[in-house]
Amino acid sequence: MSTWLTAPWPWYVAGPTIGLFVPALLLVGNKVFGISSNLRHLCSALIPGKLEYFRYDWKSTGLWNLVFLSGVLAGGFLAAHWGTAHDIAISPATKAALTELGLHDFSGVAPREIFSWHALLTLRGFVSVVLGGFLVGLGTAYAGGCTSGHAISGLANFELPSLIAVLGFFAGGLAATYFILPHLL
Amino acid sequence: MLLLVYLLLGIAFGIVLIRSEVLSWFRIQEMFRFQSFRMYGIIGSAIATAAVSIFLVKKSGLKSASGAAIAIPGKALGTGARYAIGGTIFGLGWALTGACPGPLFALVGNGVSVMAVAVLSALLGTWAYGFLRPRLPH
Repeated sequence: MSTWLTAPWPWYVAGPTIGLFVPALLLVGNKVFGISSNLRHLCSALIPGKLEYFRYDWKSTGLWNLVFLSGVLAGGFLAAHWGTAHDIAISPATKAALTELGLHDFSGVAPREIFSWHALLTLRGFVSVVLGGFLVGLGTAYAGGCTSGHAISGLANFELPSLIAVLGFFAGGLAATYFILPHLL
Repeated sequence: MLLLVYLLLGIAFGIVLIRSEVLSWFRIQEMFRFQSFRMYGIIGSAIATAAVSIFLVKKSGLKSASGAAIAIPGKALGTGARYAIGGTIFGLGWALTGACPGPLFALVGNGVSVMAVAVLSALLGTWAYGFLRPRLPH
């Protein structure tokens, strides 16, 4: 039983568990599972400026989600302290491809050669973190959702806008993987 | 106190993100290189579970604990441009950071503190959308 809390989960446990957050949030308060709106709520709370997009009552529409998000942060922290850190058991083919691109350290959840304060001073680190983060924030706001809102909630509700969004996610992800990363890493 | 329930659900979700490894840049690379079934299995079974659950919840006629009737608003299609272009922009960022918004926060909690910079950058990106919005196709 305790291994469930400390070891990585197989896909057929992880997937359905993630999917259950959709009905869970509906049953608690008719909330649609979708994390990216938190970015909008935070902008509305902190830096609305005179922009109409941020002029709404973020407290009444978004407080539940901001609380949920702080839970996510805490959950990440708890998971780090329960059980030993496992290296991600990625496929040998991916390892080989990434090695060819210049990665050598496959420990941890994210490559330290790209994601560390030290790497932030390198082009690969700066682009991945700063430009990558910016594109995530811009893209999810423009698309009106991210993987939780569109890929999971939206597709589960058979929404065409979400299907278009998910196709976009993949177009962008594939473009970055095959055309940007080889030059960046 | 419903807010406490959302907090607990959030904590659970953070743990799930870590244990499922969907917030790992390595896993996202595996996915975009089509070199492992894992991420597709997770996303596919998550969607299937959510879809069946939505169907059952609607059929049951249950009201939410907060008292509100359960109804999921549909998203306006418009020209579709926002989904196609916005989605692609997000996808670029997703591959570069190896994380979407939820995972960015979970990673900070998990100890990859430099992702706090990515979070700030994401906030700027969302702000930029707010700024550009009147000029973008929707």
